[in-house]
Amino acid sequence: MRYVDEFRDPELITKAAEEIRRLADAGKHYRIMEVCGGHTHAIYRFGLKDVLPSNIELIHGPGCPVCVLPMGRIDDGLAVAKQADIVFAAFGDMMRVPGTHGSPFEHKARGTDVRIVYSPADALQLARKNPNRHVMFFAIGFETTAPSTALTIMRAKDEGIQNFSVFCNHVTIIPAIRAILDSPDMRLDAFIGPGHVSTVIGCRPYEWIANTEHLPIVTSGFEPLDLLQSIVMILRQLGDGEARVENQYKRVVPWEGNRAALKVMNEVFQLRPYFEWRGLGFISQSALKLRDEYALWDAEQRFTIPNTRVTDPKSAQCGEVLKGVLKPAQCKLFGKECTPEHPIGALMVSSEGSCAAYYNYEHRKTAAAMVTGIASVA
Amino acid sequence: MCLAIPGKIVDLIPGQLHLGTVEVTGVRRRVDLGLLQDDLPKIGDWVLIHVGFAMTKISEQDAMEQMDLLRMLGETEQAIEEVRGYGLEDSEEHDSAGARAG
Repeated sequence: MRYVDEFRDPELITKAAEEIRRLADAGKHYRIMEVCGGHTHAIYRFGLKDVLPSNIELIHGPGCPVCVLPMGRIDDGLAVAKQADIVFAAFGDMMRVPGTHGSPFEHKARGTDVRIVYSPADALQLARKNPNRHVMFFAIGFETTAPSTALTIMRAKDEGIQNFSVFCNHVTIIPAIRAILDSPDMRLDAFIGPGHVSTVIGCRPYEWIANTEHLPIVTSGFEPLDLLQSIVMILRQLGDGEARVENQYKRVVPWEGNRAALKVMNEVFQLRPYFEWRGLGFISQSALKLRDEYALWDAEQRFTIPNTRVTDPKSAQCGEVLKGVLKPAQCKLFGKECTPEHPIGALMVSSEGSCAAYYNYEHRKTAAAMVTGIASVA
Repeated sequence: MCLAIPGKIVDLIPGQLHLGTVEVTGVRRRVDLGLLQDDLPKIGDWVLIHVGFAMTKISEQDAMEQMDLLRMLGETEQAIEEVRGYGLEDSEEHDSAGARAG
């Protein structure tokens, strides 16, 4: 583990790693999925794979919102901004994500009014300051960011600000977990539950995973010790033949979630009948759209949407990687045609995508080791 | 976007109950407190901020640990850039000299 000296409580980390080795049955192979992209990033960054026994395999789930957004949605958002001559406002994470005809940054270079915002509230502020321009916020994210978008829309309505709308791409985590469990080639033993999403939705929405699917799920913090402790909790459940929802991240995640955040989401959003996820296909009731009472602030109602559909190239095996059937490096395009600089598939698009995380930490490390090896031989 | 940034509430805006000023490593910005309306933070409280909205109240110790985590993940700069970018007010002048130097 590369950064072990930087960690708090290195002794506790060693103890947790020893406990994992003690609890893991040598005759079994454990497949544990971390749902959240932030966990995937942390796992690679901290080199946690190096401290886990080889029979514990971490499968990287669908929890990177930038990665799972279909390219057609980016195309649609940019097309609307260009045709209607309005401001396309989005988080910085979105700016280099390729659309069919280039990323938002490239569209900006060609004259579309593209702005980076750090908060949906900033997009609304932009509309307040520019009453003659229409500002469309390109909203993205799981339940961590959806309440902020909802509250911003409520503020726009309260203030009667009409030169503001939201192109809503918010998705919800539970249907994605269900879709993964429903896929026939999937075999999982447990889940590391998301941290920040759970601060909003709490732990109850995961109960079906334990009760119906009989799989343990432990919501986890992001530090190395948090993740190792979560794996200890999972192995204890598996060893005792139990399947429960447990909360390792109690210092931040309340069991009931954030009621105020859930209330504003429910006030503004309703479930779409279905939504496409890059790498996973169409998943029913997995995304949010604005309720009719907020139609005035819904970009999809105010503007004509092209409804572009873009299919990922068949050679990109994102779906198999998302389900853990393939490791990132086993995809034919990995590190060749598909790199973080020129992403072809979904999981290379953001630093929280499993392919990009693998490329940035594992792949570069292996490449560096090979160069060093060659140099020392020479 | 997925960063959880710890900040200390240093001011509440009179007449606008949903707004507060937070300080993150010397940088002060206005954030929206509306998602904590069931249990509004007081001056001196620590919160975790997502995309300009305070989402969870946390302890000071947890806030320090969260800053350490951002450092370990190599995301401190990104977090400070995000906080500086919050645009609810033109408040560049609130940045302390120490934060600029640091």
